[in-house]
Amino acid sequence: MVENLGITRFSKPKKSTTIKITITMKILVCISHVPDTTSKINFTENDTKFDTNGVNFVINPNDEFGLTRAMWFKEKQGASVHVINVGGPETEPTLRKALAIGADEAIRIDTPATDGYSVAVQLASVAKQGGYDLIIGGRESIDYNGGMVPGMVAKIIGANFINTCISLEVEDANITAIREIDGGKETLQTTLPLVIGGQKGLVEESDLRIPNMRGIMQARSKPLHVKPAMEQSPRSEATTFEKPAPRGAVKLVDTVDELIDLLHHEAKVI
Amino acid sequence: MSVLVYTESENGSFKKTAFEVVSYAKAIATELGTTLTAVSINASNTSQLGVYGADKVLEITNDSLANFDAQGYADAISQAAASQDATVVVLSQTANAKFMAPLVAVNLEAGYVSNVVALPQSTTPFKIKHSVYTNKAFSLTQINTPVKIIGLGKNAYGLHENAADAVSEAFSPSIQQSNTKVISVDKATDKVTIADAEVVVSAGRGLKGPENWGMIEEMATILGAATACSKPVSDMGWRSHGEHVGQTGKPVAATLYIAIGISGAIQHLAGINSSKVKVVINTDPEAPFFKAADYGIVGDAFEIVPQLNEKLKAFKAQNA
Repeated sequence: MVENLGITRFSKPKKSTTIKITITMKILVCISHVPDTTSKINFTENDTKFDTNGVNFVINPNDEFGLTRAMWFKEKQGASVHVINVGGPETEPTLRKALAIGADEAIRIDTPATDGYSVAVQLASVAKQGGYDLIIGGRESIDYNGGMVPGMVAKIIGANFINTCISLEVEDANITAIREIDGGKETLQTTLPLVIGGQKGLVEESDLRIPNMRGIMQARSKPLHVKPAMEQSPRSEATTFEKPAPRGAVKLVDTVDELIDLLHHEAKVI
Repeated sequence: MSVLVYTESENGSFKKTAFEVVSYAKAIATELGTTLTAVSINASNTSQLGVYGADKVLEITNDSLANFDAQGYADAISQAAASQDATVVVLSQTANAKFMAPLVAVNLEAGYVSNVVALPQSTTPFKIKHSVYTNKAFSLTQINTPVKIIGLGKNAYGLHENAADAVSEAFSPSIQQSNTKVISVDKATDKVTIADAEVVVSAGRGLKGPENWGMIEEMATILGAATACSKPVSDMGWRSHGEHVGQTGKPVAATLYIAIGISGAIQHLAGINSSKVKVVINTDPEAPFFKAADYGIVGDAFEIVPQLNEKLKAFKAQNA
């Protein structure tokens, strides 16, 4: 393990001697299975269910930035990377894609993803039992936009938490992270275990990986564990959905004077 | 039973969103027949909150909360909520509020709904409308827990004056030392942020290069606006990621959104959908953005924007 570039931890000092144990950082990346960003959103069953007809599902973009950063930790620091999703069997292709990108193992908790808290409870249970050092989630999923799961997981397992994380460096158990704030950014120092709500910036768009044939072939034989869910009643439930009212036609104007006049007198916004 | 609202401040002064969440929380308190308590952290001039309906203000003054710390702030607000026996807790959706809301929800064993766009449709059962699918749809969601946490979307309710006493009371939560330390903050203090802005001036690939942003910055200065950009522009490094608006960037809930040289990809439109009035300037009359806009000019940004800036300057001078 001497060559291992993973984390170094120190056990409690025994008198004057210090035992140095080198272990590998364990990363759990939470993957939400969401309609791709170009999807047309429709509902069925009297507007109570999302219409999956013709919809292409992908790894939630915010999670994909985190997954790609996790690959960096795997390749440069020898971390192990597991991915996890809460959902039915239909979400497995999304987990296989994460394996094809390079994750070592996948876990699917076999229950429909309902409210954010219920999902967080399932994830927290695996995070705790698996002894993960770093749990990477996305700032929000692009379907429910709840923006709550990573924070709840952190609180439930008693880990540190950084939201809207756009840079993450790990050295031993020490973390330097940057988070986006309104109108700027903030640099933070904290320690493992840590949960982040990640987003673009953790890696650049151009760093995202398209699985190659070798990755896809390997992913077929990587473990995908299906685990039963813990009992958890939802704290909130979507009852019905609606789409925004169709908007009126655009008013095209020829001159900037007309535009200023309309913005002032009609729209009353300047 | 009571309603509690967290009123966010910066350098001691309340943010505009603080007055909006107070206005909104007061309406819920009235509906429930109860009082509204605001909680402030290291803020001065809390009597302002009375203008919008705060009956009481719990003032927290604590040096260890001088920097925002999600854990510390969440604990402070949770303890304030418990002390008031609050059944509804209202937060804004600023970066800091979104950071700590899930922690408050776990502390209070509360159901949390974010991006709320309206008053509850009913309070028993408690059903509330919020935006989902990045503004492409709304969900009417029922919260089942005794304590409910509401994250109110910016500009979803507006300011409503509703005079109340805002009786001030000191509150001293017990705060544990945080494991997370702020090392530095990098924030342009002279610029309007997208989160705070009423007007956002946004530009895309149509501008051809980062060197042409001068006229965009100028328009933003004239209008007191924030600048923003499309995804390709931030991906190419013409502008910082912090300006990227859209599904994987920032949402914009401005009063006026001006899009210059942005074609209007579905992901971009999702991000700006909750803005009230949208203006598009684009050379291509077939640009999808025109279908999502209120007002448009078909034409070359390099001709129109300088003209518009001159006229806006004159307009502002006249209407100042």
